[in-house]
Order: sequence, then structure tokens, then C-alpha cells
Amino acid sequence: MRPDNLLYPAPKGLYCERGDFYIDPIQPVERALITHGHADHARAGHGHVLATRETLDIMRIRYGDGFCGASQVAPLGETIAVNGVTVRFHPAGHVLGSAQIAVETEGTRIVVSGDYKRRPDRTCRPFEPVHCDVFITEATFGLPVFHHPDDGAEIARLLMSLRQFPERAHVVGAYALGKAQRVIALLRQQGYDEPIHIHGALAKLCEYYQNEGIDLGEIRHATLAGESRQDFAGNIIIGPPSAFADRWARRFADPLAVFASGWMLIRQRAKQRGVELPLVISDHCDWAELTATIREIAPAEVWVTHGREEALVRWCELQGIPARPLHLVGYDDEGE
Amino acid sequence: MKAFAELLDRLVLTPQRNAKIRLLADYFREAGDPSRGYALAAIAGTLTLNTVKPQLIRDLLLERMDEVLFRYSYDYVGDLAETVSLVWEPPQERVTADVPLGDVVERLQMAGRSEVRSLVRDMLDQLDTSGRFAFLKLVTGGLRIGVSARLAKQALAEMGGKDVAEIETLWHGLSPPYLPLFLWLSGEADMPVLTTPAVFHAVMLATPVGEGDLKGLDPADFAAEWKWDGIRVQLANIGGMRRLYSRSGDEISGAFPEILDAADFTGVIDGELLVGGTIRSNRATGTFADLQQRLNRKTVNRKMLEDYPAFIRGYDILFSGERDIRAEPFQARRRALSALIDTASPQHFDLSPLVPFSTWDELDRLRSNPPDPVIEGVMLKRLDSAYVAGRAKGPWFKWKREPFNIDAVLMYAQRGHGKRSSYYSDFTFGVWTESDGQTVLVPVGKAYFGFTDAELEILDRFVRDNTVERFGPVRAVRAEPDAGFVVEVAFEGLNRSTRHKSGVAMRFPRIARLRADKLPRDADRLETLQAMIETKAPR
Repeated sequence: MRPDNLLYPAPKGLYCERGDFYIDPIQPVERALITHGHADHARAGHGHVLATRETLDIMRIRYGDGFCGASQVAPLGETIAVNGVTVRFHPAGHVLGSAQIAVETEGTRIVVSGDYKRRPDRTCRPFEPVHCDVFITEATFGLPVFHHPDDGAEIARLLMSLRQFPERAHVVGAYALGKAQRVIALLRQQGYDEPIHIHGALAKLCEYYQNEGIDLGEIRHATLAGESRQDFAGNIIIGPPSAFADRWARRFADPLAVFASGWMLIRQRAKQRGVELPLVISDHCDWAELTATIREIAPAEVWVTHGREEALVRWCELQGIPARPLHLVGYDDEGE
Repeated sequence: MKAFAELLDRLVLTPQRNAKIRLLADYFREAGDPSRGYALAAIAGTLTLNTVKPQLIRDLLLERMDEVLFRYSYDYVGDLAETVSLVWEPPQERVTADVPLGDVVERLQMAGRSEVRSLVRDMLDQLDTSGRFAFLKLVTGGLRIGVSARLAKQALAEMGGKDVAEIETLWHGLSPPYLPLFLWLSGEADMPVLTTPAVFHAVMLATPVGEGDLKGLDPADFAAEWKWDGIRVQLANIGGMRRLYSRSGDEISGAFPEILDAADFTGVIDGELLVGGTIRSNRATGTFADLQQRLNRKTVNRKMLEDYPAFIRGYDILFSGERDIRAEPFQARRRALSALIDTASPQHFDLSPLVPFSTWDELDRLRSNPPDPVIEGVMLKRLDSAYVAGRAKGPWFKWKREPFNIDAVLMYAQRGHGKRSSYYSDFTFGVWTESDGQTVLVPVGKAYFGFTDAELEILDRFVRDNTVERFGPVRAVRAEPDAGFVVEVAFEGLNRSTRHKSGVAMRFPRIARLRADKLPRDADRLETLQAMIETKAPR
């Protein structure tokens, strides 16, 4: 079967006609396969959802019990038949529960990577390369400028700043699912054992990670209702990036704005957001990892989704690998 | 290079002055010689390197990289040095050993013209991403990190627990990599002894007259002078070296060649740099806006010299000939200054006239109503005061005239930085004018200080509750004749401006009071401001 008959972009998302299902659809559909729990990939309101157990749990935490009509757990590595099409989930290394989805019929296999990274991350299973005819890769950081530094060195910069500015509250912006827990785990890995304070929006997900056996150490709420204004000098407070522009941030002593994101590599980005200490920590591949992954998997063809498709397509051309952009809309490539 | 690169990265993103000083002081403490001295020079603008053209850097990159991929990258990042630092891939495994800044600078200084290309390539291969960025900014000659030489000197003072005046005095006698300076600051050696006589001497500053400050002081013990609205300078001609410095010790000789040429006397004088005519030439003194035409220039053309001739209005004298007379009383120094200016070029030097007065009330009336628009108040100097560096309270006072005031309507707000990043604290305000038969608000200025913390809470709440439109980080707020927020804006002066839609530009605007008692329709009109330009006087 020709790959572009097996999977193609439709208005509601990437569609498999033979199996009558969508992967990460952006609108409610009858049958959805979900790669991971980030809100732009995992939306509420589908009739039937197939995803890893962790992704289903995360969707339940975010949207409540009625987030879909019926759900089905996809155990990693197990073959599942969906209306005669074979699908298999493989770890993607992006956040807890994240998976790539291999879709196969009549000897043609397409792997939809979802979002993925290759760096070691103690909070999720590592990416597993899967041989395929077509590899659909994300390209969030698909430009040669993106070379994410070692995450340990970035965390060391945060710890250094705490020593240099002990009178200031270090307020770290990090996305609620994945990044926040990874930053906490990295801090623990470097021996930081003070309590870490979190914004209320992170509480349930941090608790879930801990129940899944990921040790985050002592977590305290920075914002319990009715609690008197505290000082927080010299403490680390982690919250969603949007909270720092908000009145919420005012309770902290002379806050020093930190932001953990792959975008922080670009100085102007940090400056525009008023970030004083940018930490380049990403849950996506950088350029070197994207190109190394394509080389490793050596697919017959590469399709590029959300992000900076044109540079990655150009690189594939230079390597003699057929490639094209998929032009999927609705994914938030800024949310990192 | 790692430590220096990290310092630059932090400085660019750190808005608070004190935090910048701490970052710098910590770096100076920890970095070794000569790296820290070269870092200081790079920041203070005293480092001379053979600069490299951007084209060379682009060429080096394209030896290794596809041009299309480079273009995508450059379009995205927007800064050549940053793009190259990010996309550069060393050919072999990353070398982890750090190259000290001192080595980098010395290799650059020793390299011949033909060696530069391979040296730059070699350095890019050896440094990490931040290091490459710092290196490229150094060799292309534009650090632009928002740190002045003055702030760097403040950090040196902080590092060594010294007075910044001591560092300013030494500054021009020392050169990169400043080894004796750092030895002294780290307590390992005595204060450096300069081989040439100190070229710049930290200036004496006045404190503002506060409530009750003059009570109990005898007017007969003081001389008064007008406070002219130019820039305070020090002119030195000692040991055959002529130099013009700003009050913080930055050399500005290059921008004012006519003054340097005319300084044919030996000594060091303190005065106000102004443009226009001297009192002796009977022509009007130019405004600060006129003077601005001549500021911040490295060189100056003939038309500039003709249109905006510069001169110094003498306030004081530090050295008469080669003799240091700073310890002598003001009256004696004033006689020496007067004698010096008498024989100096009448187009380039005049003496700041004294203002006779007998009571504080009389002086108060004079300061409120000065005879020249370029006067911004009066200076009070104890007749027996020695010339002492710094801002000691007592010997000299400044007594500014009252600021201008208008009532304006808040139009736009933007969030602040650092401590204020969760507050809307930068405000654009406007006044009423007629446009196509409609009465509309036109923006006349921006202010981000003047209010108390409690007032900021009120302003912030107003902005959040009355936003009508957003443009990126900027919020437009409700501003209609019967709904909106009126603030009293104080400012020091008003200039005509072709860059602003309103045609006026304010100097040092700040929010003096919140006028919750007024409706926007009661705010001022543009004509009121235009009249202020004409009369140069507060209402």
C-alpha cells in the first residue's frame, strides 16, 4: 500500500482511512490514538481513545473521568488491530507515557513519532528507534541553531545563582506536564535536597509522577489558599510559565525569573519574556538529535510535521532522503 | 572564556543595577589575571583589538554549512554572531578544556593580518556555544550588554571595598589588563602609583536642598551660582596631555575638538559643557536639546562645529598650572579660575557668574524664576569649602527650580522588569488635541517611576480591569472623556520633537500624583505643552 494512502492529513488531524482512526486529532473524533498527554495532542471529547496507560491517566487528571467515551490501554510493544490495521506503541522519551505509534498494513509501516527526544530523562522511558518505511518526525527545534546543552550544566547554573543571590526567590517557569517534573528530578540528581515549592497547577501531575515511582523529593505548595504571604528567599518555586506574569508571583521575595525551555537558547526570546536566568532544557530533539535519528532509522521517506519543517526537509534533500512537510495545523510548537 | 561568556549572558538579561554589580564583582574576584583585566576593558570600552568584518565570519561558516540552512537559521535568530555561535559545529569531538579570555585576546593582538582568518576559525572550533558568541561579539567590536564603564568601576569598588572616586582617579592612568589595579583591589598590593600625573580627578558633587536643610545656615557663608543645563565636564591640560572627561571620567575629547584646541593653558578645570555663545560673546546659550546634537559622537563634522559651537562655562579649578589647589577654599580657587578664564579664548570659555543674594527667601525667588531658559536652578557653595571628590552633604547644595507639571490621561501600559515583572509599571500617557475635527488623545510621554508601591498597586489594578486592547506586551487602557485614569506628570523640560506624533518630548517625566479626583476630560491639552516650549517656564 502506498504510504500516503495509509495515513494522510485531514482537517481534523492525521487520518488512517483503512483503520478509520486519527492520531492526535485536534477536534473530537470517533476513534483517536494519542501519542502523549500534552494538551495540543491529547484533547477531550473523543468517542474512543487508545493510548498508553500513563497517557490515559494524565488525560483523566487533566479533563476528568468523562474525557472520552471509552478508553483502551495500549501496552508498549504489543500489536493491536484497529479495523484491520496493525498498530503498535513504542516509547518516545518525551514525557511520562509518551509513545510513538507504528501503523502497518500490507507490508507498509509508518511510524508517527509524536514529540520525542533522545536525551536521558529519569522521568520517562527512552526513545526506541523503530524500523519503518516512512518516519513522521516533529521539527519543533528543526533548525541547525538548536543544539541543546547538557541539562546537568543548566541545572548547575540555577544552583550557582541560588548561591550568588540567596536573598532572591528563584521562580522557575516550566510546563506542568513533563518539564516541571524533569527539572525537579534533575535538581535532586545534583543533590539539591531542600523542599521545592510548586504552583497549584502542578500539584496533581507531580503527585501522579511520584505515585508512578519517580522520586521528586519533598514538594511543597507555594500557594495554599489562606496561607500568609511568605518570604521564599533563596527557595526554588516552580510554576507554569504563564503564572510569572501574573499577580501570583508577587508573594515572593524579589523574584528572579528563571525559565526552563528549549527556546531559551535564543537570547532575544529570553529577553522578551523578561527572563533573567534562561535554562536550556528541552523535551524535544535538538537539530543534532533529529538528524541523527533520521540517519539511524534510515526510513525510505521522511514526513515532517509541526515546527520548522523547511530546514529539516532541506537537510533530508541534501542527504538524498525523500522528505516532505505534512502541514498539520493545530499543534502548539511554542509550548515547550 | 567560559566564565566571561557566562557573565555576558547574565548581564544582558539582568535589569537590576545592584544585581549587575554583584555579577561583575563576583566575576572580578574569581577570574584570574589577565583575563579579568581584558574583560574589564571589553566592558568599559578600552580594549583595542583588530576587528573582524562580519563577512569574514559568514565566509568561514559557509566553508562548512549549506547556504540555505544558514539562511533559515539567520532569518530565525536575527543576529549574525548569535547565529554563527549556535550553528557552528567543531569538526572533531568537542574540546572541553577552556581557553582563558586572556589567551584569546593576546592571540588576537599578536596575529598578523594574514593569520586572522585561521585564528578565528581555530577559536570557533575550540570554544563552546556561549564562548563563541562572546568571542564573535569581541572581534566584531560590539558587546552591547547594557553595562557602562561607570557601572564596571562601581563593581570594582564593590570588589575591593574601595570608594569609586579612587578608581575613577586612577582609571585613565592605567591600561588593560589592569594588573596593578586588581592586585590593589584584592589586597595583595598597595594602590598603584601612576607614572603620569593623574589625568582625571573624581569630581565634587552637590546634594539636593531638602526640607529644612538651609535652616540654621548663614547665607553669608555661601556663594550662589546658576545651575546650567548642559553636561558637567572636566578639562585637563597637564604634562602636555589635553583631555576632556564627563563627570564619571569617560573621555569625550574626540567629540569636542574645538575645546581641546582652545585649551592653551595648563591646569584642570571643572565646568558645564554647553553649546551656543559664551556670556563674553553676548550670544544666547543653547538648550540641552542643542547640546544633544553634539553628544555621543566619536567624531564631528564642520557643519556640526558651526551650528552647535561648544564652550565650557567654568565652575571651579582643581589644578592651577601643575599645582594641585583642591585643598584651597572656594574663594581662592574662584580667583584662580577667573584669572585663567580672562586670558583664555572668549569663544570657548567663560566664567559661571555668581548670583548675589542676602536671604534664603530671596534666593528661592531667584531659583524659581531664573533669567535664562537654560538655567535649571542654583548651586550653593560654602566659601570655605575645599574641592572634595564625591557627594558629601554640606559644602555644596543644588537647588533646582520646580518641575513642570501637567495632568495627562493613561493610554498604554507595559509590564516592568525584575521586581516589577508582574506589575504594569511602564505607562504611556497623553493629552487632548484636535484632529480632523475630533478631540482625541495624543501620547506625549512615558514614565515608569515617581509613584509609591501603594500607588503602583492602584495603577496595576486599573490597567488589568480596564484593558481594551493588547498589542504584544502592551495593553491599551480605557481612555475616554468620562472614563479613564488621570495622572499628574512632572518633568524637567520640554523639547520640540519630530520623532513624536505630538511634536513634543519631555525630559525626565515621572508620575508625581494619581488624580483619581479628576476625569480624563479635565486633563491638559497639547496647546498647554506647546505654550510651555515657547515660554520655557512652568505654569
